Amino acid sequence: MTTARTTPEVGGMGHSIKRKEDPRFIRGKGTYVDDVVLPGMLYLDIVRSPHAHAKIVKIDTSKATAVPGVLAVITGADLAKYNLHWMPTLMSDTQMVLPVEKVMYQAQEVAAVLATTRYAAADGAAAVDVEYDPLPAVVDPHKALEPGAPVLRTDKKDKKDNHIWHWEWGDRAATDRAFAEADVTVKERIYIPRIHVASIETCGCVAHFDKVQDKLTVWMTTQAPHAIRTVFALVAGHVGLAEHKIRIISPDIGGGFGGKVPVYPGYVIAVAASVLTGKPVKWIEDRMENLQADSFARDYHITAELAARKDGTLTALRIKTLADHGYTDAAANPSKFPAGLFHVCTGSYDLKAAHVEVDGAYTNKPPGGIAYRCSFRVTEAVHTIERMVDIMAHQLGQDPAELRKKNFIRPEQFPYKSALGWEYDSGNYAGALDKAMQMIGYAELKREQAEKRKRGELMGIGISSFTEIVGAGPSKHFDILGLKMFDSCEIRVHPTGKAIARFGTKSQGQGHETTYAQILAEELGIPAADIQIEEGDTDTAPYGLGTYASRSTPVAGAAAAVAARKILDKARKIAAHLLEAAPDDLVYEPGKFSVKGAPNRSKTIQDCAFAAYTNHPQGMEAGLEAVSYYDPPNLTYPFGSYICVVDIDSGTGEVKVRRFVAIDDCGNIINPMIVEGQVHGGLTMGLAPALLEEIQYDEHGNVQGGSFIDYLLPTAVETPKWEVGNTVTPSPHHPIGAKGIGESATVGAPAAIANAVVDALWHLGVRHVDIPITPPKVWKLLREHGVKD
Amino acid sequence: MNVQVTINGDKLGADVEPRLLLVHLIREVFRLTGTHIGCDTTHCGACTVLLDGRPVKSCTMFAVQANGRDIQTVEGLEQNGALHPLQEGFMAEHGLQCGYCTPGMLMTSKAFLEKHPSPSEDDIRWAISGNLCRCTGYVNIVKAVQHAAAKLRAAAPAGGAR
Repeated sequence: MTTARTTPEVGGMGHSIKRKEDPRFIRGKGTYVDDVVLPGMLYLDIVRSPHAHAKIVKIDTSKATAVPGVLAVITGADLAKYNLHWMPTLMSDTQMVLPVEKVMYQAQEVAAVLATTRYAAADGAAAVDVEYDPLPAVVDPHKALEPGAPVLRTDKKDKKDNHIWHWEWGDRAATDRAFAEADVTVKERIYIPRIHVASIETCGCVAHFDKVQDKLTVWMTTQAPHAIRTVFALVAGHVGLAEHKIRIISPDIGGGFGGKVPVYPGYVIAVAASVLTGKPVKWIEDRMENLQADSFARDYHITAELAARKDGTLTALRIKTLADHGYTDAAANPSKFPAGLFHVCTGSYDLKAAHVEVDGAYTNKPPGGIAYRCSFRVTEAVHTIERMVDIMAHQLGQDPAELRKKNFIRPEQFPYKSALGWEYDSGNYAGALDKAMQMIGYAELKREQAEKRKRGELMGIGISSFTEIVGAGPSKHFDILGLKMFDSCEIRVHPTGKAIARFGTKSQGQGHETTYAQILAEELGIPAADIQIEEGDTDTAPYGLGTYASRSTPVAGAAAAVAARKILDKARKIAAHLLEAAPDDLVYEPGKFSVKGAPNRSKTIQDCAFAAYTNHPQGMEAGLEAVSYYDPPNLTYPFGSYICVVDIDSGTGEVKVRRFVAIDDCGNIINPMIVEGQVHGGLTMGLAPALLEEIQYDEHGNVQGGSFIDYLLPTAVETPKWEVGNTVTPSPHHPIGAKGIGESATVGAPAAIANAVVDALWHLGVRHVDIPITPPKVWKLLREHGVKD
Repeated sequence: MNVQVTINGDKLGADVEPRLLLVHLIREVFRLTGTHIGCDTTHCGACTVLLDGRPVKSCTMFAVQANGRDIQTVEGLEQNGALHPLQEGFMAEHGLQCGYCTPGMLMTSKAFLEKHPSPSEDDIRWAISGNLCRCTGYVNIVKAVQHAAAKLRAAAPAGGAR
């Protein structure tokens, strides 16, 4: 779609209408969870472990309960009375709410203090005296799998090692054969480190159990309120929390990026405390708790091999990966996919054979395996293939752009069945790369680089031509704890032609109140300004699986279009009744039905809405409402090509991103302004792990990046001025041809930056550098390869 | 201890613990919740307010340190129903997404533009480098500040903006 079908006043697809969310946010009038205050509210603070692995000998709460304002200290033993000291993870492993016997990572929750004020709760937490008996910590996942390593999950009776699962996919024999027949093979070990989404708002909740109504209401920072409600009902049903007596409200969310998908112990303790006391209980974590204990992302130790013929035709990919999951597998993946969608790792290339293996390991680190603004493990996949293709190009002495173009899946091959079983919906990969090369002036940059190299200056050009896989997902394969991954939209058109629509998703900054209204405006012709969008309240919104993995537009956006079309079906019958014509004799354009051949005889959607309540045909129900629970027939495959130019200071090792051009293709575009904003933000969250962010642990399991002092988010100074553009290749199976855009840039950007750095250093003998590419790392690499001060 | 402040033009007072943080005075005692908390360590800037016109991170100041002083928060930007040019700029240029860092960005930018009416892009980037945004990638925040700067310059009396 290149031109808008509706007028700017209607504001359907393709219009950069201003966001409906902004008027409250720019006035400081949003309602985030910490803004919720209820009468008589109590505060919860959490005591955390200083040890990565230790037995709990004794918890002395006497000093804490003596602190003025402190009402109670809750321990694992207290929760054990109700069998609430453990809870299931999304991957059907188990996670402690509060420990009874031992702690498994530094900063793990050990006890919780309930008090009348925030400060008293913190005083109480500091006064809880816990005696520990330290145990040897298992930090390195490779060592965790060695024979004789201490077995961490002693709670699992038959567990004799730290191996969680083995998962493999693809044709091993065909892949091995292709490698045996290859002219050239390259192999690299790639570590994609542990990072944290670090949304500027941390996690928290206000739990309110009303003993009279017997109803629990929880305002919480969650990206998936409906699924949370069901999980609460399943986990706490035995203590009387039935699903119709649980209301989850996800208010304004200050950034999610995957970090607000899991159920953290703090939420559960706050709920338990409110149920026990009958009072509202607020729990808000601080930044250090957020970084040290909430779900991490990535932490994949990858060994990748790529095979090719002499002419540069890529033939096969082989990957082995060790996934460090911390002490429990609490990854946020669809149930069937323990390594997420990592097997999209053949990327944008027509590879005939591939085989991928992943093993999960327990270590003494916090659990997680969430996404950091990407679909399930897709950044890991993209980073691997894009690094390997670049290494192959350099190895063969070919231009990385040309090698990519030679091996791209061609437009006429779509729908394309990948060697690892995915059916890519649509793409024009060379189109995006050509546009990026033209925009950045690729040939000129190559000349400049050659000149600079003669002078000993370090300049690199890096490409990433990624394919994403989002919009989970078709119910045949996709569920979370058994809940199928559909999503929903319910529309009510009021008598005066205005409307409200509610969704099973939850925006965390993406602008759903605006873009969903635009989809409905496009379909119904009702101005977007006349459509109220609501999400996040499980008492009012239809059931859905929530917002993550770029699934809102592909799934709930599709539900919006389908529900709108149901509205139009009924409106058509009403219009026919009003015009005294047969429904089939009417033609529709957005917002108006008219009689074929008599365009002056017409009724607007607003006329139809009014008639639906005042003058509906005999035999038809009154009202104009519809709901859709959309089960996508396939995933969507957004793609793009990014080119990055870096200059490296050989004296300090600093990598400076001089230019970065991003061409994205997310299919049909709903709001160009919002798409561009999503790409800007995604690119910055791609730059962050490429150059700055990593959560490291020392040999004892002490976290080394547990505050913003050590964990560096990009500021406006490190962030380059992104240059963005797009191509449009609609998804053939999506009702409005859209694919999703929230995460493409985070997925595609790190490889472009890493490829640029290695491109600058290849002639020195550097073949690979793991992200984050920090100045000390580069400085050391330069010295190892003969560069002198 | 008793603390008296002028906040967005209103004189307000409260009896507080000496250790109460300024951000908690603003958010929890005065219930002005537009000022946010993001890191507790002065890094993220979500809690930025203006103290006697200068930006401060209110998560790292005691409430009593503000005694007798003038505080401006995001709630004070709109005057008599008219948005501040920065608020207009952030909306017009899509300078916000989740909105959590926005109040701090607005207050930092306000103090900056009062001293630097014609900033370069680099100047703006340095000025907001104590305010973290995880959503926007800063490009549109810079544009929003430029939008406001132009508007403020146009509205300023001849002889220069203030």
